[in-house]
Amino acid sequence: MEQLFWLPPHADLSGAIRAARVGTDPQIRLQAARNLSAFRRDFVQTGMLDRLIPQAVEAPEGLRACRLAILASHTVEHLLPAIRVACLARGLLAEIWCAPYGQYRQALLAPDGDLARFAPDFILLALDRWDTPLDVGLGATSEMAEAATARRVEELRGLWRRGRALGATVIQQSLIRPDTRLFGSYDRQVPGSPTAIAARLDSALCDTAKAEGVPVLDMEVCAALTGGAQALGDPARWHQAKQLVTPAAAPTYGDVLARIMAAACGLSRKCLVLDLDNTVWGGVVGDDGPEGLRLGQGSPEGESYTAFQHYIAQLGQRGIVLAVCSKNDTDMAERGFAHADMVLKRGDIAAFVANWDDKATNIRMIAQTLGLGLDALVFVDDNPAERAIVRRELPMVAVPEMPDDCALYPQVLAASGCFEAVSFTPDDLQRNRSYAANNARAAAMQGATDLDGYLRELDMRLLASRIDDASLARAVQLLNKTNQFNLTTRRYGEAEFRLVLATPGVQGWAFRLIDRFGDNGLVSVVLTRAEADEQRNLIENWVMSCRVLGRGVENAIFAVLALDACERGVGAMRGEYRPTPRNAMVSTLYGRLGFDGPDPAGTDGAVSWRYDMRRGVPPSPFIKVEMT
Amino acid sequence: MTQSRIYDELNTIFRDVLDDDTIVLLPETTAADLPGWDSQTHIMLIVAAETHFGIHFRTAELDRLHNVADFVDLIEARCAKNQGAAG
Repeated sequence: MEQLFWLPPHADLSGAIRAARVGTDPQIRLQAARNLSAFRRDFVQTGMLDRLIPQAVEAPEGLRACRLAILASHTVEHLLPAIRVACLARGLLAEIWCAPYGQYRQALLAPDGDLARFAPDFILLALDRWDTPLDVGLGATSEMAEAATARRVEELRGLWRRGRALGATVIQQSLIRPDTRLFGSYDRQVPGSPTAIAARLDSALCDTAKAEGVPVLDMEVCAALTGGAQALGDPARWHQAKQLVTPAAAPTYGDVLARIMAAACGLSRKCLVLDLDNTVWGGVVGDDGPEGLRLGQGSPEGESYTAFQHYIAQLGQRGIVLAVCSKNDTDMAERGFAHADMVLKRGDIAAFVANWDDKATNIRMIAQTLGLGLDALVFVDDNPAERAIVRRELPMVAVPEMPDDCALYPQVLAASGCFEAVSFTPDDLQRNRSYAANNARAAAMQGATDLDGYLRELDMRLLASRIDDASLARAVQLLNKTNQFNLTTRRYGEAEFRLVLATPGVQGWAFRLIDRFGDNGLVSVVLTRAEADEQRNLIENWVMSCRVLGRGVENAIFAVLALDACERGVGAMRGEYRPTPRNAMVSTLYGRLGFDGPDPAGTDGAVSWRYDMRRGVPPSPFIKVEMT
Repeated sequence: MTQSRIYDELNTIFRDVLDDDTIVLLPETTAADLPGWDSQTHIMLIVAAETHFGIHFRTAELDRLHNVADFVDLIEARCAKNQGAAG
């Protein structure tokens, strides 16, 4: 199987890399490396591309710098170029540090050691089944196997916690199971067999890791994307150099790791934009008519499209926003959706654009309608020409290279890893319904004669609470994903965020908005910190989902913060704004909320606004506030 | 596949893996002649050659690759065997 088969091939990637390395300007080289990392590459080209990335270069706008420590019980040095390049392709500028071979315990247990000095954002614990084998003996009972497994998992749990105490997100690599069977299929039913032990350990490891907030790098995913366990790990390379992953599979391994890191940074994509004709159904609705479409039972082609729609619908259920961008008359496209065998329903689609404009323009419009950045979109189209145009016009949109055979559409979209997640919250389950409800809100808006009346009729309730274990994952997700309504753009890993919340004087707020159309979920997160001998509260971080803009939610949130400050006898509040290319919409937020300012605050154009609590708690006319 | 073609294609692989566009492989070239040809890049060269030529070296043969001529001879033998099998 070709490495990274979901990426478009380049006509002459090696030649393009050679041409780019003539340049000496670090930022230009970095941009070239980033552009070329969007193409399919083998491990030799990956190495060439890695050497194009300048060392010790500042992360430009659109790239997030991050530090990855790898603690491995096998050789990983040959994988580092692939990890760096894959990180670049997924929006991260990674600096990597490796603990000495096999010394993962020492690295984590030594206080103030090299690991702590490196100050990692991520710690990858890359272990294998040869490391600390569970020698329970072939005759072991299920209970004995369970006890040995539990001991090992407890050890790992302790190590993860050490990593988390450094403020890093720990990623645990799953163990590759033995590929040689002793009894054959019966292995699974012999508790002491290497296969059964490995399966038990793997399963216990995943469960405990989830409870600990540790993402798992699933080596089965790597194997499947590489073409099987043999393609991922070559016994010859293991015996030759203790390489668990063969160099040939490095690009895939690097990408699977990078997508987890990117997901933890909130860089996963949020919205799937679909073409219609020959993408979600067979045939062209404008030519064949709705009744002529190939969809549903009865033909292999029709069943393939149905299967693809099932996969898309499941993505919708897990919180991916669905949109349509089709070259069609709107009426015709709608009639296609009325086909009896459609799994996707019109109500599942949050933005529906069918016209004869070019797709790049339409995709821009979809992003705007949904309040999402272009870098949150994935575009799926069977037509290579449309894909090429969108890639050229909108390089921030991910455009997987769809295969010729529609039966493989779900596999390729899944393989692209665009929607990688490290958490799944109740809000995710609600999201699509929430976007659909937004359409209803928009309709109500058009019906209302005045804005105040409309807002009043929305019957909004804002539930304010402290961030707790239940809301932590969603809070981190929102902090990392939000670009526009984000006052200071401070990002955190989950472990780091826990540490921040535990700091004396820091309060983390989570706000949930409910209206008559439904629950909008957790829409805003605020972090305040006591300063000036607890006489003043600094609003250190404030993000809000753009879905609820224009409804006075920010006023209600400030009312909550002000009320809390009054009750604690805090005399003043200070709000900070740090400009980025994406957050201009909130540059004067504090002014609109009645703060005085701005005063310059530090570098990078940051400003600070003041609010004297003697002015009292401002009103929130349209939203009822409830503290929970 | 002729020896001269194997030399050409292997030369490109060496240049790309070792990041040195000045490399010109000769039969007697050894690791000592090429900076960067170390134990780690040696594996890269093996895997890159395997991938490119669609062959697989036997583990027992890996220690016997002392110079480029050994490399080329082995690739030639494997390719011939592949062709024989295909024919």
